[in-house]
Amino acid sequence: MKYSLYNLVKNSFSYHENWEKAWSSPDLKPEYDVVIVGGGGHGLGTAYYLAKEFGVKNIAVLEKGWIGGGNTGRNTTIIRSNYLWDESAALYNHAVNLWEGLSSELNFNVMFSQRGLFHLAHSVHDMQEITRRGYSNYLNGIDAEILNQDQVAKKIPHINVNGRYPVLGALLQRRAGTARHDAVAWGYARAAENLGVDIIQNCEVKGIDISNGKVVGLQTTKGSVKVDKVGLVPAGHSSVLANMAGFSLPINSVPLQALVSEPVKPILDCVIMSNSVHVYVSQSDKGELVVGAGSDAYNSYSQRGSFDMIEHMMAPLVELFPIFSRLKMLRSWGGIVDVTPDRSPIIGKTPVKDLFINCGWGTGGFKATPGSAHVFAETVFRGEPNDIAAPFSLERHFSGALVDEAAAAAVAH
Amino acid sequence: MFIINCPYCGERDQTEFTCHGEAHIARPDNPSEISDEEWGKYLFFRENPKGTHFERWTHDHGCRRWFNVMRDTVTDQIIKTYKMGEAKPVISNE
Repeated sequence: MKYSLYNLVKNSFSYHENWEKAWSSPDLKPEYDVVIVGGGGHGLGTAYYLAKEFGVKNIAVLEKGWIGGGNTGRNTTIIRSNYLWDESAALYNHAVNLWEGLSSELNFNVMFSQRGLFHLAHSVHDMQEITRRGYSNYLNGIDAEILNQDQVAKKIPHINVNGRYPVLGALLQRRAGTARHDAVAWGYARAAENLGVDIIQNCEVKGIDISNGKVVGLQTTKGSVKVDKVGLVPAGHSSVLANMAGFSLPINSVPLQALVSEPVKPILDCVIMSNSVHVYVSQSDKGELVVGAGSDAYNSYSQRGSFDMIEHMMAPLVELFPIFSRLKMLRSWGGIVDVTPDRSPIIGKTPVKDLFINCGWGTGGFKATPGSAHVFAETVFRGEPNDIAAPFSLERHFSGALVDEAAAAAVAH
Repeated sequence: MFIINCPYCGERDQTEFTCHGEAHIARPDNPSEISDEEWGKYLFFRENPKGTHFERWTHDHGCRRWFNVMRDTVTDQIIKTYKMGEAKPVISNE
């Protein structure tokens, strides 16, 4: 059923009790052309684009938990593309281009809001970094404005620019913003199922069958399945799945936390990011402040961050916005993110034939969801990455051609 | 939050320490002879296990010395801490 004003009115006559389910729970079939392991935004999106753009008919998405229960529903929902290196700029801007049409493409309101993102600069070095990155963004066709202290103070309500680490300026991307994160998973799931994709929840992959160097099947908690091609999109558990297939990855899985405040009336109409004092904040449409910061430095699969990180997030927040100091924080939670040495993702082939991987998005995968899914679908279909995905191969860790956003400081980590 | 037992100082709060990743990685003896793939594996590839992990920590706000930790990455429980140079503990299946 298409979501439309007509259907909204029609269903109101039956008190909205007869809407059909957005997606069903089919049984696992014995054989698929393509199986995507991981039902987050990236995995569901991959299945959607495989069905829609490449006409693949027989696809399943296997999700260990439930749709929207992993990192897709645990992030701070920030979307931007102002990365330093050309390779990253192409990938993340591809995603922003797709974000702009996503609600109508999926017939599902993902509440994409291009409210603008300010990346704050607190020192001469920060100003040089945002200037360099801003000009790099211009050259890559990404919108960027370099602001001084007065412009920041005028544009951001209630900010304290004269704190212990004064705000000297900011890099503004107006096309950046936020989206409703679980709506992204739900929208892709519904749209994928409409194209015939089987979405199997509570189905954990326990083993990967390989014959003569080619993937031939999967062992799952719902039985075994024969496959022609497999795409692994498991985020935090990337190394666990890679080990099942007999190879390892340049990845460490670490906890990343976020928290929300009690809801208040509109007070912050943009996204604020600061790498130097290290906090990100935006206000959700419900009115909660959504706050994030850095990951813990130790490996963990616990989906819990360390308690002292919360203080590390709150201290810079109240320094930048003294008005927030009396807000109560409602909830905090953690997700497990797969971090690569250069803080860039891994998209492409693996040592096993017809087994492809899309992982290593670390602390910043949500923003890339449609772009990542789109280029990975093409990688799985053609068996080769396209021009956008090619620089992000696993092979770069042997050739040395890293896409080093960690050193470039465009990725907060 | 952890309490970490520094082999030199005894039990201290986790905030005094920093984790520095997987332990017991030996630099290859013959870097000029090994392939790019072997060198890349040494530099970047990690075990990242879901379960028992051996890792290096420093006691930054204490003795500033390095030591190794054996920890479960599912429960975050520390099984053992030991000095650099001591043998890697054996994982028991109890």
